[in-house]
Amino acid sequence: MLLLGKLTLDAIPYKEPIIMGALSGAGLMGLAVMALITKFGKWGYLWNEWLTSVDHKKIGVMYIVVALIMLLRGFADALMMRTQLAMATNGHMGIFPPEHYDQIFTAHGVIMIIFMAMPFMTGLMNIVVPLQIGARDVAFPFLNSLSFWLLVSAVVLVNLSLGVGNFARTGWVAYPPLSELGFSPDVGVDYYTWALQISGIGTTLTAINFLVTVIKMRAPGMKLMEMPIFTWTCTWANVLIAASFPILTGTLAMLSLDRYLGFHFFTSEAGGNAMMYLNLFWAWGHPEVYILVLPAFGVFSEVISTFTGKRLFGHKSMIIASGVISILGFVVWLHHFFTMGSGADVNAFFGIATMVISVPTGVKLFNWLFTMYRGRLRFTSPVLWTLGFMVTFSIGGMTGVLMAVPGADFVLHNSLFLIAHFHNTIIGGAVFGYLAGFTFWFPKAFGFKLNEKLGKAAFWFWQSGFYFAFMPLYVLGFMGMTRRLNHTNNPAWDPWLYLACFGALLVACGIGCQLLQIAVSIRDRKQNLDLSGDPWDGHTLEWSTSSPPPVYNFATLPQVQDIDAFTDMKEKGVAYQVPEVYAPIHMPRNTAAGLVIGGFATALGFALIWHIWWLAIVGLVGIIGTMLVRAYDSDRDYYIQPDEIEQIERLRFERMGIDVDDYSEPETTPSKPGQRPVTTA
Amino acid sequence: MTSTVSHAIGHEHHDSGSQTVLGFWFYLMTDCILFATAFATYAVLYRNTAGGVSGKDIFDLQYVAVETAALLLSSITYGFAMISGQKGLRSGVMTWLAVTFLFGAVFIGMELNEFHHLISEGNGPGTSAFLSAFFGLVGLHGLHVTAGLFWMAVLMFEAARTGLTGRLMTRLNCLSLFWHFLDVVWICVFTVVYLKGAM
Repeated sequence: MLLLGKLTLDAIPYKEPIIMGALSGAGLMGLAVMALITKFGKWGYLWNEWLTSVDHKKIGVMYIVVALIMLLRGFADALMMRTQLAMATNGHMGIFPPEHYDQIFTAHGVIMIIFMAMPFMTGLMNIVVPLQIGARDVAFPFLNSLSFWLLVSAVVLVNLSLGVGNFARTGWVAYPPLSELGFSPDVGVDYYTWALQISGIGTTLTAINFLVTVIKMRAPGMKLMEMPIFTWTCTWANVLIAASFPILTGTLAMLSLDRYLGFHFFTSEAGGNAMMYLNLFWAWGHPEVYILVLPAFGVFSEVISTFTGKRLFGHKSMIIASGVISILGFVVWLHHFFTMGSGADVNAFFGIATMVISVPTGVKLFNWLFTMYRGRLRFTSPVLWTLGFMVTFSIGGMTGVLMAVPGADFVLHNSLFLIAHFHNTIIGGAVFGYLAGFTFWFPKAFGFKLNEKLGKAAFWFWQSGFYFAFMPLYVLGFMGMTRRLNHTNNPAWDPWLYLACFGALLVACGIGCQLLQIAVSIRDRKQNLDLSGDPWDGHTLEWSTSSPPPVYNFATLPQVQDIDAFTDMKEKGVAYQVPEVYAPIHMPRNTAAGLVIGGFATALGFALIWHIWWLAIVGLVGIIGTMLVRAYDSDRDYYIQPDEIEQIERLRFERMGIDVDDYSEPETTPSKPGQRPVTTA
Repeated sequence: MTSTVSHAIGHEHHDSGSQTVLGFWFYLMTDCILFATAFATYAVLYRNTAGGVSGKDIFDLQYVAVETAALLLSSITYGFAMISGQKGLRSGVMTWLAVTFLFGAVFIGMELNEFHHLISEGNGPGTSAFLSAFFGLVGLHGLHVTAGLFWMAVLMFEAARTGLTGRLMTRLNCLSLFWHFLDVVWICVFTVVYLKGAM
């Protein structure tokens, strides 16, 4: 009892064939991957080049790998829900009993938002932002690695809940009093709180890291208002994270105090106030959706301006609109519970504040339209995602304004109309944006392009699948179907439920195309190499370095004179200068400390969930100890010497067909006019 | 040739001290919001005594005044430590940090004593929402001070071992911000919780 806390053999759901099937499937896949790594002798490579890396580009790639894996897990949950609801009508109970089904919809929400969308966004930000501002890394490279491993730690906990114990059955918002000990006595809610707590701290650290990065590490000449738009939208998202995630941390801590130490913050007895939880939760939760969508807006802006070959229309108004959205995002939280009964004037304030958000969002939409106007739009797959977004997100925005009317919300609250609305904005806004960004920056991260045909097929499946899956939910909402139902008995709903299920299958085809796309693109990479580093005729600094960029990003720091810094360089003919001489570059060394702390955090979380107190102490002491060891490790950085830089750069210029020797020995070799940006007197 | 160049451009890598301090500022702002959450919760819940004690019954202003004085004095003495640090006087830094640590320990000791007293009289955090919010807010602050004391001990150890390096001064600077920040928060706690509760 003392050794294992609440953990017993009964915690493993060996009587549930579906769970055990999923577990053994995941286990077999994990074993297969490990066997392949062992077979090709790649453990050392994996450890040295990836797991212990503090390079923002590699950390970014790892974030996106985690996001894609969790997308598959979260989508499997979605398919199960749609299947259940298509089957469980007219007296049939479907395949999942409520006990299991409730865990599925909770896991789906938590995973898709916290463990798919957030890491996807953070991954893109990691890869792109330092490159866009002409920096060599983020401000605190080790902290960046630590943030990533805290996320992984939380992901491990969420997935452990599948096989050890259970997950919360409260919905992804975990409202008390349902989430209090009296009504959720088992470990499900604890898995939820500790997973969110650990990943939330990682997210907060990421935000601090990137805020310092954009303030302190921009390339010489780059003014704040001239930062590329994706960097700006990420910066607003980071401001939102820094201002809202501590609220989540505090709220979950209070819920945990209720559950562990008998406090009465949110209980229904001894004066606790459950509505306080709702207010606090959404004071984080509403900014959170803007954290997800603002960087996606940034992606669309980059994509549209790049593929129309024009400067983004209204760069400054885009920055201001993002800022206005960020600020308004903090004064609308109450619209999540108009039905709480705050009174007409309070509801009216929050309703109007909510509607006002459509103004800066509209500004953005018109900016994109005006960017396209009289441009030569190239219909690549990132552009398709962008156009799909513009239509889909507009619909989602309008249904949002509709629900911002408190009177209408009293009818639509907690109905499938709401579910349709937020999937409309999160899939049609955030996810489409991440997928556009994935395709757009893939060549930058890996040095070859993705297969366009499969990319377009994926888009059309996603786009049509989305409409089939969620338009019926709007209808069902109007017909009075509420969310989180396990089975239904209204024949009028059936056709719409079948349609929604069909839509989910179409999206599954889209995801299939994407997996195939990655496989085919890796196979055919030799034909699709990006030798120039600038596959799309890009505008911003990330395209001025090679693909993938060298570890130091830029051999010499770029001098910025324009918003579209790289376009400016290309126009002036100074884009591919070979420097006369390279200076040594100061770089951080790889470290396993982040990974080790992540491991201890997992142990700490697991121990707290199962009340294994000795292990909790080990985890906590481990975390503090590792941090101390790291703090007093004086071998944390090194210099890349000029001859090594010259070798790397020489290879790059040779691949691009630029004669390097022409520059390095100007006295002896006759110069070729017109190809020589640096003149030596 | 190479050496002169590396000497000239070798310092282009960022000045990590100012970056660290800026990053720490941002961290403090996130911490500020964490405290704001606890304050908001206290403001909503402090009337919900569930038939039990209210602030008037349990707060001893004189006791808390001594506690407050200890913490505020520790802020001044930390300032003296920083002045010694800027003058490069290691012994001054060590002495003033030790004094600061002592004041901080007095504060935490008195707080723990207050908590112990309350719990043993049957007024623990599980009694009512008011007491939950009280223990939550004051405990959160106390936890921060405890972490600060631990950090201070680590830095004193470092100062004794390596002397006043640039790295140590950056760290002392961050802890200084942290320590003064906790003072500011405590003034709010003292006003909102104790003064308002005892009135």
